[in-house]
Amino acid sequence: MRRFPILLFALFALSFTVQAEVKDVYDFDTRAEEQRYQNLIAELRCPKCQNNNIADSNSAISQDMRDEVYRMMKNGASNEEIVDALVSRFGEFVQYKPPVDRRTILLWAFPAIAVIGGFLVVVGVVMRSRRREQQGETLSQEDKRKAERILAGESDESAKG
Amino acid sequence: MKRLFLFLPLIVAVAVGVFLFAGIGKDPTRLESVLIGKPVPEFSLESLNDPERRLDTSLLKGEVSLLNVWAEWCPSCWDEHKYLMHLSKDKGVRIVGLNYKDEREAAFRFLNQLGNPYETIIFDPKGKLGFDLGVYGAPETFVIDADGVVRYRHVGVVNQKVWEQELLPVINKAKGNS
Repeated sequence: MRRFPILLFALFALSFTVQAEVKDVYDFDTRAEEQRYQNLIAELRCPKCQNNNIADSNSAISQDMRDEVYRMMKNGASNEEIVDALVSRFGEFVQYKPPVDRRTILLWAFPAIAVIGGFLVVVGVVMRSRRREQQGETLSQEDKRKAERILAGESDESAKG
Repeated sequence: MKRLFLFLPLIVAVAVGVFLFAGIGKDPTRLESVLIGKPVPEFSLESLNDPERRLDTSLLKGEVSLLNVWAEWCPSCWDEHKYLMHLSKDKGVRIVGLNYKDEREAAFRFLNQLGNPYETIIFDPKGKLGFDLGVYGAPETFVIDADGVVRYRHVGVVNQKVWEQELLPVINKAKGNS
């Protein structure tokens, strides 16, 4: 147990070395600009590593793409221009949010279609059960009388007979 | 009508199954280049052999060529080099090299050891042309037609199968058109 503080300290010290390696060396004038950069690189996908964004990827190509994003930002490019510049080189694959067009409309519309479809099913089920209630009682008259007798404490004659 | 409704889960399962089955065996790392049908991006870079000589897109015009992206540090480039030598020496294919993010000495070491299949080599230490071409992992091989337009991009090692099934048909077509 006495070693615990030492271990803790070692872990603490190690965490710094790891962090120092990951940090990029870009300078930003404002906090908002840095946030914009972070949002951009989180939305762009690394072409080499498939399911990483370029913010998380350590591959050389992601580094180049981050450099390009930074360079274009510094030159006053808009987010759209930056994304377009990368898409024109690497394809739409690098966008985690594909543009809405004829090929992707189903992809974008599917959540809405699923929700509306589910809603329609629920409405259908509710309507049907309502209609059944209105159409008449679920117990026949005879069953109802029998049930009332039982509830009133009388013995069930049919059971005897 | 109600009976038909009971089959709905089965129909959905089959549809999803067909959709997913179609995806089996497809290589998700193979991306279609967006540059196909477009001219090679403008560049002005040194020749690897002669730092005084500036190369630009005119290098890739006039005849159909292969543009092979390689580097000394790239293990697969060592693998495919023998086949590139064969294409260049025995089949007379014009291959232009793009030395990607490499150092001159390392590149020369590589060529001295394995031979030089390239007619000309573009030296791109910063990977600038590579970036503009959408190169995301060497080796990559582009088929460029006589007008300097990208016709095809292959990511990975070039071997006999890739040559016969992918590159040669594109080259023949490019030669026929122009």
